[in-house]
Amino acid sequence: MAEERWKSKRLACWNQAKQLRTDYYKNYAQAHEKGGIRWAGSAWAFSVIPAGLGEDVWSLTGEPYGASVAWKKDFAAQCHEAAQAEGYARDLCAYMRNYWGSILLNKYVFGGEWPKPDFAWTCHTCCSHAKWYQVASELEGGVPTFSIDGSVGPYDELDENRLNYLVDQMQEGIEWMEKVTGRKYNDELLIQAVCNECRSTSLWAEICALNKAVPAPLDEKTMYSLYVIGTLIKHRQECVDFYKVLRDEVRDRVDNQIAAAATERFRVITDTQPPWAFLNIFRYMESKGTVSVGSLYTFGLIGIWEVKEDGTWGPRTPPEEGSIKTREEALRTIAEWTCSRPEWQQFYSPELKTEMLKRVVKEWKVDGVMLHYNRGCEGLSIGIAENKLGLREAGIPVMSFEGNMGDEREFDPERTRKKIDAFLEILEASLRR
Amino acid sequence: MAVAGIDVGTQRTKVVIVKDGQPEILSQGMAKSGFDLEKAAEEAFNQALADTDLSREDISYIVATGAGVESVPFATDTVSMQGAGARGAHFLLPSVRTVIDIGAEMGRATRCDETGRMVDFVINERCAAGAGAFIEAMSRALEVDLEQMGPLSLEADRSPPMNAQCTIFAESEVVTLIHEGESKKNIIRALHDAIAERNISMVRRLGIEKDVALIGGLAKNVGFVDAMKRGLEMDILVPEDPLIVGALGAALIASERQ
Repeated sequence: MAEERWKSKRLACWNQAKQLRTDYYKNYAQAHEKGGIRWAGSAWAFSVIPAGLGEDVWSLTGEPYGASVAWKKDFAAQCHEAAQAEGYARDLCAYMRNYWGSILLNKYVFGGEWPKPDFAWTCHTCCSHAKWYQVASELEGGVPTFSIDGSVGPYDELDENRLNYLVDQMQEGIEWMEKVTGRKYNDELLIQAVCNECRSTSLWAEICALNKAVPAPLDEKTMYSLYVIGTLIKHRQECVDFYKVLRDEVRDRVDNQIAAAATERFRVITDTQPPWAFLNIFRYMESKGTVSVGSLYTFGLIGIWEVKEDGTWGPRTPPEEGSIKTREEALRTIAEWTCSRPEWQQFYSPELKTEMLKRVVKEWKVDGVMLHYNRGCEGLSIGIAENKLGLREAGIPVMSFEGNMGDEREFDPERTRKKIDAFLEILEASLRR
Repeated sequence: MAVAGIDVGTQRTKVVIVKDGQPEILSQGMAKSGFDLEKAAEEAFNQALADTDLSREDISYIVATGAGVESVPFATDTVSMQGAGARGAHFLLPSVRTVIDIGAEMGRATRCDETGRMVDFVINERCAAGAGAFIEAMSRALEVDLEQMGPLSLEADRSPPMNAQCTIFAESEVVTLIHEGESKKNIIRALHDAIAERNISMVRRLGIEKDVALIGGLAKNVGFVDAMKRGLEMDILVPEDPLIVGALGAALIASERQ
């Protein structure tokens, strides 16, 4: 066990995060009992839009659900087997197989039968997303599905035409939702949801930016339980409120040098989704004096950033209160806001990812980068060899490890630990040099 | 006083004892790893001690490494296989900056600095097709003694194409080549070329800095060494006893750490 160098304590708002997550999955499952509506779709989907159907509309986002299944290894194995038995190959998106497996088994990972959605509202960000809810709908006996094609390219190439392409699909989607649900759409609720999402994603970026401090007030394993609230309900007031509480607590930890890991000596980051069933590798690293202070994934999937005057990354300034007045303005705002999401850029260019990683290394005072060849997500794994090369050329220590975010059969904990040991020796040696 | 390094490999456990403070090898021991790794470590350690006039108490620091690194209860500390291999190879061959280590189960390459400290590494994961176990399996399939695989391949007059990247499929390709009347010498050369190609692509990912050393069990196979030299189009240095380099590196690190 490495020497303890910092004072450390548990987050006071930890249980609040856990409760929000529990409520989210319960609210979805019980929505019909209260006369509400259930929709399912990707966490990448524009969740602000179904919010205009009413306060009693509850969602089930597929990727966080798939990650929850992954954490329950036995159930995940059953899901994979069920999906494979149905003819879906082992190398498909692991979250998607966990999701389809749950439908096939008619089991909700949080208990009870599979809660079939009233409609699917999703988007296409990678090749898996393009088929996910089409197959889910078929397996569920024909759930109405609407998908927005998000293939408009990276943010620095966004122009009016590309933005219009997204907004037009959203407009069409609203009309479709009215027909499918029989409800009248409420633009006020939409506008409020857009404001909430801009604020919550800016707040999350602010929280992540506080982790530039040494010692880091948050470690990545803990961040997984916090950022996930954004993947579930970033458009809701509860998320804004929670992130405010969290931001204040993290700021206090920075002011008082309260570390996430008392042993922090080296700081690393990762890049994409972790092998969810093996998060103890982060605790293993901490026992050796190394803390992961975040990742492009935790920072950039929910956090929305902008380059500040001093050239560093900081939380993007949300639109002013009351500045959004119409449906069109709300849709344009959220489309543009979403396209600036760092994680969005990863799908388009390994160079953009490398540049973001280099920025994080510099600003978050990172000693090394761990890249996950995530066999469960081809969308976010593509280009890792190139990222590795780019980081090496920049003189940044980098290691890669092979695994799968949702299928434990493709992760070897023992070998990964040995690789980590070797990597930490490199960090140690670089300190001596 | 002395210090020791123990390398618990998947097939063999190696021990090197060096004089403390002076990099002088006093003795070495080796045992089959088998299923009981602790027993193998004990056996190899006792063997190394028996060649000296030292007792256990005279060994002041022991560093373990290798696939079974946790199986040495009497070790003081541990080091990664890459770190130990780089340190040992650099000690024996000081001009070395890239170390390729092909053991029974795994291939890896490490870059080191002018002091022998590891600066980067890459591992061939999850498949034994690039490691010694592959050659063993093929020697059984061809009914050729393992020790003869290297010398025989040097007598080959051609290297028939072999596409398989997997031990299982390679075996079926070998069977096909036998049926086609290809000589054993040529088949063995093709096998060495295939395994070398696999490892060379791994080393290229790391980036090659001269000099290059080859260590681990496969470095004893002259046919494989030849295939690596041809594939890399450069000379490769091979220590006199490539099997004990990891244990030696661990012993040198023990001397530094105590």
